[in-house]
Amino acid sequence: MTRILAYTDRISVAPGGSVQVKVSCDGLDHYHARLIRVIQGDVNPSGPGYREEVVDLDLGGPIPGRFQPIHAGSYGIVEGAPPLDMGKSFSMQALIWPTLPGCGPQTILSYEDPNSCAGFRLYMDAAGALAFQVTELQGNSDSISTGSPLFAQRWYLVTGEFDADSRTLTVFQVPQISTPKVQDRHKNSKVSTIGTFEAGSDAVIMIAAHSGCERPALEHFNGRIEAPKIFTRLLDEYEKVNPGTAEDRELIAAWDFSVGISTDRIIDASENQLNGLLVNLPARGVTGHFWNGDEHCWKNNFDHYAAIHFHDDDLYDCEWETDIEVKLPDSLKSGVYAVHLQSGSEEYYTPFAVRPPRGTRSAPVAFILPSASYMAYANNRIGIDVPETEIVTGRLVQMNPIDLFMQTHPEIGLSFYDVHNDGSGVYYSSRLRPIVQMQPRQIGHLGGVGSNLWQFNADTHILGWLDQLEQPFDVITDEDLENEGGQVLEGYKAVITGTHPEYYSVGMLDGLQSYLNAGGRLMYLGGNGFYWRVSFHPTLPGVIECRKSEDGIRVYPPPPGEFYASFTGEYTGLWRRNGRAPNELVGIGMVSQGFDCSSPYILTEASRDPRVSFIFEGVEGPVVGDYGLSGGGAAGLELDATNHAWGTPPNTLVLATSERHSDLYLMTPEDMDDPAPGLGGSEAEIIRAEMVFFETPKGGAVFSTGSIAWCGSLSHADYNNDIARITGNVLQRFLDPTPFPVM
Amino acid sequence: MSRYRLSDEDLKYAVEFRANPLGTPSPGLQRVLNLLRGGPKKGKYVLIVKEPFRRWNLGRMPESRGEPIEIISEIEYTDLAEAEWDVFKRRWKESTGQDLEQELA
Repeated sequence: MTRILAYTDRISVAPGGSVQVKVSCDGLDHYHARLIRVIQGDVNPSGPGYREEVVDLDLGGPIPGRFQPIHAGSYGIVEGAPPLDMGKSFSMQALIWPTLPGCGPQTILSYEDPNSCAGFRLYMDAAGALAFQVTELQGNSDSISTGSPLFAQRWYLVTGEFDADSRTLTVFQVPQISTPKVQDRHKNSKVSTIGTFEAGSDAVIMIAAHSGCERPALEHFNGRIEAPKIFTRLLDEYEKVNPGTAEDRELIAAWDFSVGISTDRIIDASENQLNGLLVNLPARGVTGHFWNGDEHCWKNNFDHYAAIHFHDDDLYDCEWETDIEVKLPDSLKSGVYAVHLQSGSEEYYTPFAVRPPRGTRSAPVAFILPSASYMAYANNRIGIDVPETEIVTGRLVQMNPIDLFMQTHPEIGLSFYDVHNDGSGVYYSSRLRPIVQMQPRQIGHLGGVGSNLWQFNADTHILGWLDQLEQPFDVITDEDLENEGGQVLEGYKAVITGTHPEYYSVGMLDGLQSYLNAGGRLMYLGGNGFYWRVSFHPTLPGVIECRKSEDGIRVYPPPPGEFYASFTGEYTGLWRRNGRAPNELVGIGMVSQGFDCSSPYILTEASRDPRVSFIFEGVEGPVVGDYGLSGGGAAGLELDATNHAWGTPPNTLVLATSERHSDLYLMTPEDMDDPAPGLGGSEAEIIRAEMVFFETPKGGAVFSTGSIAWCGSLSHADYNNDIARITGNVLQRFLDPTPFPVM
Repeated sequence: MSRYRLSDEDLKYAVEFRANPLGTPSPGLQRVLNLLRGGPKKGKYVLIVKEPFRRWNLGRMPESRGEPIEIISEIEYTDLAEAEWDVFKRRWKESTGQDLEQELA
């Protein structure tokens, strides 16, 4: 059972600052809360043991538990609409591109009194046909349907109207492409049984949903809506058939979704200016009815991107009330912390970083907590939605309590590894919701034979290693790097990445590059880093966008014309397709993935180069890392290797390489231009992890491992092993201010 | 989804799997596993963790989001190799109608 859920308002906070914890309990009267420092989250009995440090801070309690719901589903809402008046004729019209017709009633446009639900509603009925409903204040309603289900992914001009004189209801659905033997153009009318309607009641207009008493919105639309309009008149036949021809007479509102694409606002182009707000971030910057392939960037032709794609499972911000406000002591050292909530056997951890105060450092080393990658993977359903996971991991999928919970509670939201209920890809992921996988103690699906950790909990292998070294370190999150750029890393003698810092924004990449340009030392202790380009929203906190354009290992391809981020207008996809391959930054780039067993590294001749003698002090080789909690070896899960064509610096030394992996390791699609037999790990030479080192200008250096599994080997034999020795040797030399020779 | 169909020629791969269910498979066994581990989500065998790293129940996946995962509480494993072999036999029987233990006896 998972009966406590929580999230924090912030992912990074300085000592003396406050964190708001939002909690929901399912049937628990009370819970206890405490602040802990996360040291080692791996609960594998074969591992180093779970470790946390309790902070002496009274968080109050026992705290009364309360249930706070999650209302997934996106929609637009417009307050301040003119009062409803059924004494006048009334029309609603929109272009729509439904994606799940026939999957329950789905609202296109509603104009209702939120208390009585009196008003008008244009929608698809349960069978997927266009319908129009009128409800009077007493609750009596009447509706009409075309009776002809709409086809998915086909544009229609749809109109619903009420003739006040004849009391007639009419619906009309007009496909925008006529197709032989497909009869989906239909019109229907009837005289309504509804009698009178009192004018003057309050009204709310909603797009892609309608108002409900028990939740903010009901019967969400799945698919695209463009140019919705409301009139206080009837439309003529020509206006009902031809999009964009309805004259702006007696207009209540005409929303133009091509305006403000990067925002959560919708703009009414009529003189009434009934502007509205989008809830739960439906997809914008998507192709509309008029898109014809001439333009692929929404910034260059707004008219072709005048649609919004709504989903009944979109979720941005749960908007829960705060249950605990944690005021951090001024003396609290930087680290990864969590508020631990517990009621009997139920528990939940809400992690966040305590960073040093802005403009200061409290340790010589910075660990970059890859919070953007945590968001990208947030509540991913790889283990429960993707049946191929068992094949690619080479073993039965294990369902932990959080998996059982996510399966029955999909409202908790999706990740960049999921598709929406209608099969379209997920463009946005937020942290303003419980992220059940981002907790210590949690076990993943892709972490290999052994501990099977992924992302946050796998990164605690690094925290545990630093702790046993008694190495002081600061924690800086991706959001800090995004917000403050390279300045936040200035002065650190060494910077350490997480095990899988896959998602990087341009601000983060610039920040890390500027640190290196200034002579910094970077330890890239993971694999498949700096792979996808993401965009933070310019104003909305805690949310990123990623569209996996062109190629790369991905769950879905974005459709044509949608390769530019709606948040910023940036071209999306792999960083190597954006001219900044990870090879330039860290010497290596992603070449393969497999999730069963990991392999050892074999030291190369270059490992004996005097330039790197400090790395291998106490290391015999040639085999290193044939052990570990992440697949049983140090080279595994996702692998990086050098490629000078993609920017590996010419002074890069390949110190070690893994030589053989299972055939569950396959080449990446971006390297598979002309598929031929022998693409698996037992045959393809490209499938290898390469450990590299190179010096940078101004006396800096980069050490990269090229393997997510690397840090799973650190604790082997109580941290007395070659992987820990190599990593420790690099760290000690990087802490030495002596510049690395440039010549 | 694999189009491969099992035959008696594959019994030797069943023997290989039984000897080391968690090992690296030969190409022939991998082809068998691609078939047996493939298939749609609905009804797929999974392990339900009762105690991390120690005890598991057999489970089966539902078709759609929101539906609970079936927990077969009367089938419990304390060893992952044992679980793999048990599920392998179940899938073999569902695919061929053959009782693998009898075939290999």
